[in-house]
Amino acid sequence: MNLSLTLLMALPLLGAAVLAALPKANALLAKQIALGSTFLVALVTIAMAVGFERDNINLQYVESHQWIPSFGINYAVGLDGISLVLILMTTLLAPIVVLAGWNESQNGRWSTKTFYILILVLEMMAIGVFAATDVFLFYVFFEAMLVPVYFLIGGYGTGERSAAAVKFLLYSLFGGLLMLASIIGLYVISGAQGGHTFDTQALSQLQMSSTTQNLLFLGFFIAFAIKAPLWPFHTWLPDAADCATPGTSVLLLGVLDKVGTFGMIRYCLTLFPEATKTFTPTIIVLSVISIIYGAFLAIGQKDIKRLIAFTSISHFGFITMGIFAMTSQGHSGATLYMFNHGFSTAALFLVAGWMISRRGSSIISDFGGLQRVTPVMAWAFFFAGMSSLALPGLSSFVSEFLVLVGTYTRYPVAAIIATFGIVLAALYILIPVQRALHGPITAGNENLSDLTLRERVAIAPVVVIIIFLGFYPSPLLKVINPAATHVISQMGFSDPAPTQLGGK
Amino acid sequence: MTFTAPVLNYTILSPMLIVLAGALIGVLVEAFLGKAFRPIVQLILTVGTLLLSLVQVFRIRESESLSAAMGSVVFDGPGFLLQAAILIISIISVFLIADNENFTALAAAIPGSVEEHASIQQGNKVTEVYPLTLFAVAGMLLFPISSDLITLFVALEMLSLPLYLMAGLSRRRRLLSQEAALKYFLLGAFSSAFFLFGAAYLYGYSGDISFAGIRDSVVGGSGNDIFLLIGIAFVSVGLLFKVGAVPFHAWSPDVYQGAPTAVTAFMAAATKIAAFGAMLRIYYTVFANAQWSWTPLLSGIAIITMLFGSFVAIAQRDVKRMLAYSSIAHAGFLLAGVIALNKAGLSASIFYLFAYGVATVGAFAVVTLVRDSSGEVTDLNRWTGLGKRSPWVASVFAFFLLAFAGIPLTSGFIGKFSIFSAAYESGAKGVVIAGVLSSAIAAFFYIRVIVLMFFTDSHEDATTVVIPSVLTRITVIFSFVITVALGVYPAPLIDFINKFATFIR
Repeated sequence: MNLSLTLLMALPLLGAAVLAALPKANALLAKQIALGSTFLVALVTIAMAVGFERDNINLQYVESHQWIPSFGINYAVGLDGISLVLILMTTLLAPIVVLAGWNESQNGRWSTKTFYILILVLEMMAIGVFAATDVFLFYVFFEAMLVPVYFLIGGYGTGERSAAAVKFLLYSLFGGLLMLASIIGLYVISGAQGGHTFDTQALSQLQMSSTTQNLLFLGFFIAFAIKAPLWPFHTWLPDAADCATPGTSVLLLGVLDKVGTFGMIRYCLTLFPEATKTFTPTIIVLSVISIIYGAFLAIGQKDIKRLIAFTSISHFGFITMGIFAMTSQGHSGATLYMFNHGFSTAALFLVAGWMISRRGSSIISDFGGLQRVTPVMAWAFFFAGMSSLALPGLSSFVSEFLVLVGTYTRYPVAAIIATFGIVLAALYILIPVQRALHGPITAGNENLSDLTLRERVAIAPVVVIIIFLGFYPSPLLKVINPAATHVISQMGFSDPAPTQLGGK
Repeated sequence: MTFTAPVLNYTILSPMLIVLAGALIGVLVEAFLGKAFRPIVQLILTVGTLLLSLVQVFRIRESESLSAAMGSVVFDGPGFLLQAAILIISIISVFLIADNENFTALAAAIPGSVEEHASIQQGNKVTEVYPLTLFAVAGMLLFPISSDLITLFVALEMLSLPLYLMAGLSRRRRLLSQEAALKYFLLGAFSSAFFLFGAAYLYGYSGDISFAGIRDSVVGGSGNDIFLLIGIAFVSVGLLFKVGAVPFHAWSPDVYQGAPTAVTAFMAAATKIAAFGAMLRIYYTVFANAQWSWTPLLSGIAIITMLFGSFVAIAQRDVKRMLAYSSIAHAGFLLAGVIALNKAGLSASIFYLFAYGVATVGAFAVVTLVRDSSGEVTDLNRWTGLGKRSPWVASVFAFFLLAFAGIPLTSGFIGKFSIFSAAYESGAKGVVIAGVLSSAIAAFFYIRVIVLMFFTDSHEDATTVVIPSVLTRITVIFSFVITVALGVYPAPLIDFINKFATFIR
C-alpha cells in the first residue's frame, strides 16, 4: 500500500495544526509557517509527479482502506494523469498565493492565523477531492471544501462579503444535494447488482435503464455546472470573486472551480456514458453560450475583479466544450486548459489585487498611465492579460488550440462560433490594458509604488510556467494524453478521421 | 374462573425498574433532606440511576428470553438500541438540567407574587425536576419496547405527564412557560384520546390487544378492513403528534420556546427517540403487511413535514422556535426511515435518532449560555457578532447547525445519507427527492444563523455569553465529541446497530 497521497494530505493539516497552537499575536510567524508548509507540499507533489509512470493508464499511488464497511464506503485515493496535473496545479498555486497575498488577511474579521488555517485546510481538501476514487469520499471533500471557502470569503473579503459568501454556499449546497440524490441512486443500484460499492471503477460497470441514467447524470452534471460555472448556473461567481481577497479568488477560480470540470470527466463521463451522449449536444450549446456570454459581459465590466470573473466563465466554456467534444485532443486540451487557466487567472488576480490595494479602487477607469508610474506592475498585468487571451507562445494558446481542433473534428459549427470568443478575448483584455496602463496618468496615481521584491518573487514562477509551457507543453501533455485517450476509448468513442475536401 | 399468577421476568424489566426506583428515592429525598443538600444529592442520585440502568441494559442485551410481563414487553435488538440511546441522551441532558439557573425557584408560586419573590430571596432551587426526569425516562424506556396497545398507552402517559410539568418550570418568562405547559398538556391529552380511539378499533378488528395478535389478523386478512384502517389512522395520529409531524406539530414551537431550555433539550431529543422507536416497532411489525394502506399517506405526511418545517423555519426570529421547526423537518426525514420498511431503514433510523438527539442536546445547551441581565436571549437579532465575542461558543453552535444541515464530516450527514438511501432502496423516490430539496431549503436558515454570529457586526445591546458551568460544559463537550466522531468514523456504531437491528415479531 502506498501512503504518498495520504501523507500529501496530512502535510497541510499538520501545518494547520501547528498554526492553531500558535499565539494570535505573532502574525509574521503564522505567515512563515503557512508559506513553509505549502512550499513543502509543492515539493512533495513535484517529487510524486516525477515518479509518476506516464504510460501506465492504471491509477497510481493507489491506497484504499475500509471506512464505513456496512455501506461499502472506502477511503480510496489514486491518481491518473488528469488528477495528477490538477493536484500539481493546486499545490504549486498555494505557496504563490500565500506569498503574493502576504498582507491579505489584515482586513479580516479574524486573526491572520485563522486565515492560513483555512487556506491549509482548503488545500488539503482540494488534494483529496482530486485524488478520491471513491464517489462517497469525493462527495465528502466536495461539500466539506465549501466551509473553509465560505469563511475565507465572508471573513476576509471586501464589500458585501457576507452576502457573496452565502450566495456561493447556497448555490454550491443546492448542487451538492442534487448530486447526493444521484449518489444515493448509484448506491442503491449497485446494491441490487452485486453489493453496495462506491468504487468509481465498479460503478462504471453498472447496468441502468436510460431514464435512470439520464436522471442520475443530471444530478451530477448540475452540481458540476454550478461549480464550474457554466451558463446559466454562473451567477454566484462574479459576486464571490468581487468580494473575496485576490488570493482567495485565485483558489476559488483556479482550483475549486476545476473540481466541476474535473468531476464532469471523472464522474459524468465514466459513470454515465450513454446519458453523456444524450446530453452532449445541449451541453455543447451551453458551453458556446458561456464562451460568448462571458466574453461579452467581461467587455462591459467596469470593475476589474468582475471582469476577470467573467473571463473565467468564458474560459470554462472552452474547457467544458473540450470535454464534451469527445475527442482525445479535446480532452487533452481541456485538461491542459484547466492547468493553464489556473496560472493565467492567478497572474491576473494577483496583479490586479496589487493594483487595487495600491490605488484603493477596483474601477478600471481609476487607473491610467500605470506604465509610466509602475512599469514592472504594468508589464506583469500586460503579461497576465496576454496569457488570458491566449497569445501564441504562452501556455493558454496551446490548450485553447487543442480544444478548438478537438471540437472542430466533431462539432465544426460550435468550434467556429467559439473561435469568436478568442476575438472577444482580445477586446476584453486589451480595453482594460489600454485604459489602465497607457494614456495619461490619472489623478491619484502619481505616487503609486512599484512591485516589491516579495511580489516579484511571487509572480516570477507564474510567468516562468506560462512561458515554458507555451513553448514546450509536452511534459504535461505526455502525462495527460494517455489518461484522456483512456477515458475516450472507455466510452466507446474514437477520434473522427480528418476529412479532406474533395478535389481541392 | 382461575387466576394465573403473571410471570414478569424481572431481568428484562430491570432497566426500567432501576429508573423508577431511583425516581421514588428522589421523591423521598425531596421530602426528607434539607434544602442545602438536595441539589447535589439529587444530581448524583439521578446520574447514578441512569448509569446503572445503562449498564443493566448492556448486560441483558443478549439475554435468552425476550418477552416479559406476560408478553406485553419485548426486549429485542432494536429495543436494546433505543433504550441505550434514550439513556445516553438522558445522561447528557441531566447535566444541563442540573444547571439550576434555568428553573423557577418555586413552581407553585403565582408568577410575580410575593411568594415567588420570597422564594427567590431565599435562594430556593427546584429539585423535583430530577425525579420528574427519571419518571419520564422510565416511560420513554417502556414506550419502544411495549408490545401491546395497553402497555403502549400507559408508557405514553408515563412519559408525557412529567414532561407537561417540566415544561412549566421556567425561571424567567414564567407565564409563557406555563402557557406552553398547558398547551402541551391539552393537545397531548387530545392526541392520547385519538390514540385510544384507534386502539379500540384495532381491538375491534382483531379481538386482541397484543401486537402479535393484531399482526396475525392483518396477515390473515380476515377482519373488517374498515376497522383496521380507522385503527391505523387514529393510532398514527397519536404517534405523529408525539414526534411533531405536520399537521400535528402545532404544539412544538410554543412548547420548545416556553419550556426551560434544558427541558426542551431533553424533550426534543429523548422523546423523539422513544416515539419513533414505538412507531418503528408498530409499523415494522404490526402494520407491515397492510403496507398498501398506510405508506402513501405516511409518505405524504413525511413530504409535507419536511417541506413545511424547512420553509417556516426560515421566517423564525427566535432561536428556540427555529430549532423547533428544524426538529419538525427532521421528523419528516425520520419518517422516511419508517416508510422504508426494510432493515437498512431501521438501522438508519436508529442511527439518525441517536445522532440527531445528541446534536440537539448540544445545540440547546449552547442556547442556555447566551444571556443578558434578564436571562437567556433567544432573539436571533441579538446573537449578532457572537463569533467575535465568544468564538468558541459560536463555533460549537455553528458546528451543530452544520450537523443539522447534513454537511459531510458531521454525524448529520451520515444519518441523512443512510436514511435517504434506505428510503430510495424501498422505492420511495419521491420522499428522497423532497428530502433532498428541503435539506437545501433548511441549509438556508442554518447558514443565516452562522452569518449572524460571524459576519454581522454586533448591536449595542449585545448579549454576553456566560462562562459555562462545569455541568453545562460536560453536556456541550460530550455532544460535540460524539457529533464529530460519528461524522468522521461512524463505522463502529453502524456495525453495532446493524448487528442488533432486527425486530422480533
